[in-house]
Amino acid sequence: MENLLPLVAATLNAGTPLALAALGLAMHERAGVINLGAEGMMLLAAAAGFAAAFHTGSPWWGLAAGAAAGAALAAGFALLVVVFNASQYGSGLAAMLLGSGLSAFAGVSYAGRSLARGETGLPLLRELPWVGNTVFALHPLVYATMALAVLLAWFLYRTRAGMLLRAVGESPESAHALGYPVGRIRTLAILAGGLCCGLAGAYLSVVYTQLWSEGMVAGRGWMALALIAFGMWHPLWILLGAYLFGGLTMLQFQLQGMGVQVPSQFLAMLPYVCTIAVLALRGANPGWLRRNMPRSLGRPFLPER
Amino acid sequence: MIQLEARASASRLATWLSPLAALVLTMLGGALLFVILGVDPWQGLRLFLVEPFNGLYAWGELAVKAAPLALCAVGLSICFRANVWNIGAEGQLVAGAIAGGGVALLAGPETWRGYVLLVMAAGMLGGMAWAALTAWLKDRFGANEMLVSLMLTYVIQLLLGYLVFGPWRDPYGYNFPQSRSFDEAALLPTLWEGTRAHAGLALAFAAAAVAWLFLARSYPGFRLRVVGAAPAAARYAGYSPRQALWTSMLACGALAGLAGMGEVAGPMQRLTTSVSPGYGFAAVIAAFLGRLHPAGALVASVVMAALYIGGELAQSRLGLPASIVGVFQGLALALLLLGDTLVRHRIRWRRPAPAAR
Amino acid sequence: MAVHRLELRGITKRYPGVLANDDVSLAVAPGEIHAVLGENGAGKSTLMKIAYGALAPDAGQVVWNGRPVALRAPDDARTLGMGMVFQHFVLFETLTVAQNVLLGLPAAFARRTRHGWLAPLIERYRLGLDPDAYVGDLSVGERQRVELLRALAARPQLLILDEPTSVLSPEARAALFATLRQLAAEGCSIVYISHKLAEIRELCDRCTVLRAGRTVAVVDPRGMAQDELAALMLGSAVDEVRTAAPRPAGDPVLTVRRLSVPAPAGQRVGLRDVSFDLRAGEILGVAGVSGNGQALLLSALSGEETGMPDDVIRLMGRPIGRLRPSARRALGLRAIPEERLGRGCVPEMGLDDNVLLTMAPAQAAAGGWVRRRGLAAAASGIIARYGVRAVSPRVPARSLSGGNLQKFMVGRELQGAPRVLVAAQPTWGADIGAAARIHQALIDLRNAGGAALIISEDLDELLGICDRLAVMAGGRLSPAVARARVGADMLGRWMEGRWDDDPA
Repeated sequence: MENLLPLVAATLNAGTPLALAALGLAMHERAGVINLGAEGMMLLAAAAGFAAAFHTGSPWWGLAAGAAAGAALAAGFALLVVVFNASQYGSGLAAMLLGSGLSAFAGVSYAGRSLARGETGLPLLRELPWVGNTVFALHPLVYATMALAVLLAWFLYRTRAGMLLRAVGESPESAHALGYPVGRIRTLAILAGGLCCGLAGAYLSVVYTQLWSEGMVAGRGWMALALIAFGMWHPLWILLGAYLFGGLTMLQFQLQGMGVQVPSQFLAMLPYVCTIAVLALRGANPGWLRRNMPRSLGRPFLPER
Repeated sequence: MIQLEARASASRLATWLSPLAALVLTMLGGALLFVILGVDPWQGLRLFLVEPFNGLYAWGELAVKAAPLALCAVGLSICFRANVWNIGAEGQLVAGAIAGGGVALLAGPETWRGYVLLVMAAGMLGGMAWAALTAWLKDRFGANEMLVSLMLTYVIQLLLGYLVFGPWRDPYGYNFPQSRSFDEAALLPTLWEGTRAHAGLALAFAAAAVAWLFLARSYPGFRLRVVGAAPAAARYAGYSPRQALWTSMLACGALAGLAGMGEVAGPMQRLTTSVSPGYGFAAVIAAFLGRLHPAGALVASVVMAALYIGGELAQSRLGLPASIVGVFQGLALALLLLGDTLVRHRIRWRRPAPAAR
Repeated sequence: MAVHRLELRGITKRYPGVLANDDVSLAVAPGEIHAVLGENGAGKSTLMKIAYGALAPDAGQVVWNGRPVALRAPDDARTLGMGMVFQHFVLFETLTVAQNVLLGLPAAFARRTRHGWLAPLIERYRLGLDPDAYVGDLSVGERQRVELLRALAARPQLLILDEPTSVLSPEARAALFATLRQLAAEGCSIVYISHKLAEIRELCDRCTVLRAGRTVAVVDPRGMAQDELAALMLGSAVDEVRTAAPRPAGDPVLTVRRLSVPAPAGQRVGLRDVSFDLRAGEILGVAGVSGNGQALLLSALSGEETGMPDDVIRLMGRPIGRLRPSARRALGLRAIPEERLGRGCVPEMGLDDNVLLTMAPAQAAAGGWVRRRGLAAAASGIIARYGVRAVSPRVPARSLSGGNLQKFMVGRELQGAPRVLVAAQPTWGADIGAAARIHQALIDLRNAGGAALIISEDLDELLGICDRLAVMAGGRLSPAVARARVGADMLGRWMEGRWDDDPA
């Protein structure tokens, strides 16, 4: 029992950046857009966030800067994909390269520096015994992410705007025929998603490790993309999946701590291997995919007039 | 409000000019970046445009970088032509390095001179095996090859880390995570004295020639191109998408594996934790810049190699971080995509139009 | 005289290469059910898109209740009080009926609704829908009723229906008509776009006939005989026909027995128990409006559609149901699909490469290498022999005009000396000269002992070259009758699926 709570807390902590990124990318995919630039957005945000937090001394400014960076790169992506109708795959890759290049560039002077620890934990709940200094002692963004997942689920399934987003993802042609501004809706979804990815990236550098190093996102952006399919494009399942994946990362340390004689690199492979397994399972069930996947995902849309 | 209107036909000239235009604009963007950083833009651009071509040694260095890029880019051209999005060529490159390096480690000072051929074969097979994993997952389960190949890239890099920290670590290497250096018999010969250019370059040219022959002149290559260009037409003709998938993945794996082997048995002469500065990803851009044509891939690889060298020079001479290369790469790709759109569409500025009269 | 609800004056719309609407006019009175009659390609859809603001005309005016209006988007038309039920459903399968209806309404209106607001509307027009059912689970007829409900929810003054009954059962059609009459009685005008003569005569007060982009006549359909209407629509008395000399038919070369294919995902119609014989030395025509399974029939015969038992299709006695397209070609069965670019040809490849697409491997390649010289020669041969207007055999397929590409594809398949040729819309988009060329080539094939199955929406074409004719409706194939026994009346009935009423 004593080991379990810290483990749960660590899992929640590790899963949060994945969840945030995946939720943001899910917004893109619900609108029918696949964004391969996730890794780049997160890297850029990690650098920007760390820099801002370092210079202002406040992690909140760091998170804000990261979110802004993510949204900025997403805006460039939206410009290519929505306005210029460029290939979604190519544009995503360009965003990834730009993001990772700029981040390594901007972050170079911050390697080896570290940030001061900020306030964590939820007020009141922090004071509870046992749970107080583990599960409820995490950074507020962890809890905000859970709230975000619930909020997104409510948005998608209970509001008109969310319904419209789903409609656009299923068939932009039909939505356009009904007179809805598909381009504008997609752009908004992309920007909102970019904001979330940026938050996720900044969380990594500002809260999770409080360090900056090149390539620190370590593939989480790509994992987030796989997570969306795992979570059937539903925010709550995505959240759960993110915690599962985060737990795998924690498992690696647990096993080492328990003295399991497996080289660390193999344990580190676990999240990636699990992602592959997820992709294989999801791909093997086309009927299920057809029912849940936004039908227009990846297809360019060019309205005719 | 920008409105895109499809052109009736894209002019061929425009199709070949647009990569050129993308590169020019990328350079301009780079100049701007230099200005922002407080560096003399001409100085900075010289490092990218002139210095890499300055002298025999420089050309040698260009060849060192261009060879693995070209090998991967040629392989990716085949994959992308078949509509197989093998973004994880980097992983196949590392797999080839591991396989080739493993075989190279088995050689001793007395091994016969032609041993390097075995190393090359091992590199190819290693890359092919890793690529086959992605192909199988897509064929059998319909798993998205983009994400799978990427995940596998991370996995194999971890494997390399394990090997190089563990069983293959050089016992006399002061605990550095690297293997011992390979014996002469397992190394690729250098092409020109005074440079580091190695036989990998010759392999790249050969690969491009073979790929071109395959795509442009062979029947299986034709079938592959149809599968990638028009899946419905391929179905109508009776061509097999499965064949196209396996052919392209195995070919790309083999070439990327050769590239990886070329790195460890060429300039590096040992296995370390970092076998490639992202050649597999840069090759994606090179493939696009080269319009998915093997010859274009070669030329584009030289350009990308110059970018890499420029980045290194920028680091050593101007104190700029080497990752500036990534910025150039991303910019080049984005501008290329933009150019592609403009080649196929006209731009119209339009207010939501009122009905006529 | 009372002011017209909707008037279209002098509408002209031009696309590259074709004049879709040429100075077309239309007038609909309040409470009138007004039909727009014409064949495919006559310009009906274009006209209606202009009427509700999805397209801007090059010239002409849209007048609503006496006032000229400028429509910038379908939303403007909806705000004015027009409702549309499209031919191709604009529905979202992952949303419920109620949600689909809501999306079709302006946001302001939607906010004022309360739970259960749809039920009275459904009740009133006897639509029989469950507002909380997911559209993905509904049948075709039900989906159409959802479209109708969506249009009605906005309380329109004018309702436009585009080919609404192409896949409705007789009961569903009767229910639809009852609803429409009720609406008209309440003062709502209805524009009914269709090619179905019997329905128009049954339902509509007035009818504007379009042909080749022009208004040909405005009549009262109830006062006209069916073949008079048919003559107006088709432009010539149906029974006058260009004859190809009848020949005694030979043995069956293609036998199809009880071919059933489930409707592909996202489409309305599959194939149900299709059976027929195709004999050597004959041309069998399959008539019917597209959307009734024709595309699927061609795919099943060509080998693109898989999953059927081997002996459902027999080619000269041999079961081929499991063979892939290249194998069927080797046995003498060739197909020309309706989609030219992207399926019949690869758009960016040259004509010589496209010849390779359906060439026998033995002829195409030697030892794995493509015989390039042979390809260029073959392509040049087709270009010369079929009068394809192409600068060289290497030009990309997409640079050819529709008619020329069609000639190329027909020539390519005929060069393969097929025993059986299946073609869909073989002269679509071709000018008169090209069409004549293609028809002659088909007749030559038949005269030489080959057999052809021609699937087409162009009745003129079918009646001109076919020996026997059958009709596809709702995924079923009617019996085939000799051309001489075909009448306009009968065709109209059969296209609605009602061939069982006729003695064989």
